[in-house]
Amino acid sequence: MNEVTEYFSDIFKGVRSLLKGMSVTGYYFLHPKEIITQQYPENRDVLKVPERFRGELVMPHTADNQHRCTGCSACQLACPNGSIIIVSDRIETPEGKKKKIIDKHVYNLAMCTFCNLCVRACPTDAIVMSNDFEHATYDRGDLIKILNQPGSKVLEGIEE
Amino acid sequence: MTTAAIDTSETKEYFINMGPQHPSTHGVLRLLLTLEGEIIKNVEPHIGYVHRAIEKMCEKSSFQQIIHLTDRLDYLSCHMNNEAVCLAVEQGLEMEVPERVKVIRTIIDELNRISSHTLWWGVMGMDMGAITSFLYGFREHEMITEIFEETCGARLTMSYNVPGGLMFDIPPHFQKMVKDFLVHFKKKLPEYDTLLSNNIIFTERTKGIGYLSKENAIAFGVTGPSARASGFACDVRKLKPYSAYHKVNFKEIIFTEGDCFARYKARIDEMWESVSIIEQLIDNIPEGDYFVKTKAVIKLPVGEYYQSVESARGEFGVYIVSDNKKNPYRVKFRSPGFANLSALNKIAQGCKIADLVAIMSTLDLVIPDIDR
Amino acid sequence: MKILSIYDFSNLTQAIHTWLSGKMSVVSTQVVEMILVGTVFLLFFAVLGLVLVYAERKVCAIIQVRLGPMRVGKWGTAQTLADFIKLVFKEPLITRDADKFLFNLAPFIIIIASFMAVAVMPFAKGLQAMDFDIGLFYISAVSSIGVTSILIAGWASNSKYSLIGAIRSGAQILSYELSAGLSLLTIVILTGSLQLSEIVESQADGWWIWKGHVSSIIAFVIFIIAGTAETNRGPFDMAEAESELTAGFHTEYSGIKFAFFFLAEYVNMFIIAAIGATVFFGGWMPLHVGNFEAFNNIMDYIPSVVWFFMKVSAIIFLMMWFRWTFPRLRIDQLLTLEWKYLLPLSLMNILLMAFLSLMGWHF
Repeated sequence: MNEVTEYFSDIFKGVRSLLKGMSVTGYYFLHPKEIITQQYPENRDVLKVPERFRGELVMPHTADNQHRCTGCSACQLACPNGSIIIVSDRIETPEGKKKKIIDKHVYNLAMCTFCNLCVRACPTDAIVMSNDFEHATYDRGDLIKILNQPGSKVLEGIEE
Repeated sequence: MTTAAIDTSETKEYFINMGPQHPSTHGVLRLLLTLEGEIIKNVEPHIGYVHRAIEKMCEKSSFQQIIHLTDRLDYLSCHMNNEAVCLAVEQGLEMEVPERVKVIRTIIDELNRISSHTLWWGVMGMDMGAITSFLYGFREHEMITEIFEETCGARLTMSYNVPGGLMFDIPPHFQKMVKDFLVHFKKKLPEYDTLLSNNIIFTERTKGIGYLSKENAIAFGVTGPSARASGFACDVRKLKPYSAYHKVNFKEIIFTEGDCFARYKARIDEMWESVSIIEQLIDNIPEGDYFVKTKAVIKLPVGEYYQSVESARGEFGVYIVSDNKKNPYRVKFRSPGFANLSALNKIAQGCKIADLVAIMSTLDLVIPDIDR
Repeated sequence: MKILSIYDFSNLTQAIHTWLSGKMSVVSTQVVEMILVGTVFLLFFAVLGLVLVYAERKVCAIIQVRLGPMRVGKWGTAQTLADFIKLVFKEPLITRDADKFLFNLAPFIIIIASFMAVAVMPFAKGLQAMDFDIGLFYISAVSSIGVTSILIAGWASNSKYSLIGAIRSGAQILSYELSAGLSLLTIVILTGSLQLSEIVESQADGWWIWKGHVSSIIAFVIFIIAGTAETNRGPFDMAEAESELTAGFHTEYSGIKFAFFFLAEYVNMFIIAAIGATVFFGGWMPLHVGNFEAFNNIMDYIPSVVWFFMKVSAIIFLMMWFRWTFPRLRIDQLLTLEWKYLLPLSLMNILLMAFLSLMGWHF
């Protein structure tokens, strides 16, 4: 007799546990407010990207096209993937000294792992991580970026 | 169908390749199964499909650069991996990091553990055929990911640690975000139990399946919740407290059953413990600096340094041999996934294919961690 | 029981029949009618597949706190159509050393089996392609033809995953056929007829699920479990077992042949739900509550087809709810459930029902 009651109580307990599980999914079915999906391209305007989000490396320029990069190559050394290459140039200062300045700050977005080490290494805070995350392009060449704008100059007084 | 009912002289064993592309190997793991009917006779894991020579790459990297490589081992417990490297380097430099750093590291560790376990829970449900749990698990995982995104700017591969401290200070609303999450999470965790833990089909499929004895757990070097479910007390947080773990009260979750359900339950209970650890610390973050300035080029004194941390999967160890150069001479990672996988053959013999899937889920394998 | 004459489809079908008979000979009338019915069912199948797949995706999405398809058409309504077009244009691959003839045959068998079962479905009064006097027997016979297709597909694919899935499915469907049949027999004790139209008519004064007391409720629960198992849907989707066998018996199928298996799953689900609705919930009979004349009259104004499809969709929703809640059983547990629980229970239940019927304790 004991086995028979056990048999039926097993069935009862099993069915009860199943019904409890169904009540959880049933709750979500009846409460569509719980839906957490974001409709991405549509919600682009209201999308909140955290301030610290590491999207891509950029070099901020002032209004009169000046940046803070001295071309010291600290970021190039800090980068673990070799995605930064500093192409420098030598000019002659008015005092007649030869001086190294930055020609191109080449940044290969395709190789970047967004570890932020370059930003930390930069002694003049010339480069920062921007929030832009929409990097898709049709041409791989577009991912190799030159961060300093053409014709831009180093901000006065940075190099001291 | 029992094996006894079949005349074994008539049946033949056959092989099945499970993976490298298979829904339940969670990555590119290839298991060569020797089967007799549906009964597994032997499991032979073939690894190395995502081998990226990370240990070799570390020999060419500076100590700061190693950290971002460890993100890519066990990506679900990246913060613990980062922390292990940082602790080893700090140990070499004989540097004392501020209390604030220790506490923040511990909080993020535990958040990372919860995020890893929620994801594991979802995937476990999916492996068992309850696909809905996958989405529920990911919902909580996503909330933690958002906290990480606010804190350090990355969602998965965080690189939040640097030798000497943290990369950023915590954002001003960090405490509020974490508390909001905990309130939500404590409401959702019982739901996990109703959906899977108490479900008769689930318990029938996991209880008594895939028994791992304590002796075998020790012999194979299984660590983490998988080993604690077999009664092997191996929590590094208890044995060798690092960061702020000596300051908090928490239970080491130990089960003695050693089956799939015990391994499952160990992780669920560990989430509750993590919640309690975070609650103890979140209001007591000391003021102070968030990092100690180190030299731009770190050189460790000649010697060997080992630091282990408790990652979401078990003991994660970093072994650094330094010859006083800016790059380490040799780096070895003791990854929990590799040791846990080695026990698979022992556990899975005599089980069915469906059980193998459950066993693999409860071992919680992350393939890049195994292959490195 | 008065059925409003505008909802009686027998007038319409009769009118078409007389109109056709006036135009042509008896044989050609038969042929034209068959083609007509066949076309209607084909169209019905296509629409059914599209609607059910869409419904399943939406239901599971809402349960899983997501939105589901949203891009193709308003609320993603055209998504399944787009998927279908994609499947049509995909290359039908055949694995090396596969048995080509059987491999190509299998999808047709499964679709034909489910096609045949729909033939006797009483959608509304007079809206039934064939009214056998052994309708229920015919359905349970025909619906088990589908398993041969799964076995053939698994065997012919020349893939071990497919074979394991097929063998599992064979064991599963053969076992669950018993419980499904027995639980239907429980109601047949009360109706005294296997003819589906008569089973529906017998429920004019109340559905069997009420009239048969606890016994018919048990029978319904067993039927819905066995029915879900017969359609190879979760938590009994052993034959597919995505996380174990990648896709089970249809691992190697692609393109339109895969679409056939996919469609057949949904049509089978509809058939099981339709049988359940017909036998337990009064088919196209409207809901009547005791002596509430006003209420009953209002209910009568809802067309019988609508009643039928409302009941069917309720049962289909129940099956979807199962699927998206429960983990999958293991094959030995599946057979344990059938042979140790469902079969003894349904045998006991059939005795109980016979007793109730003898004593006249049902309504």
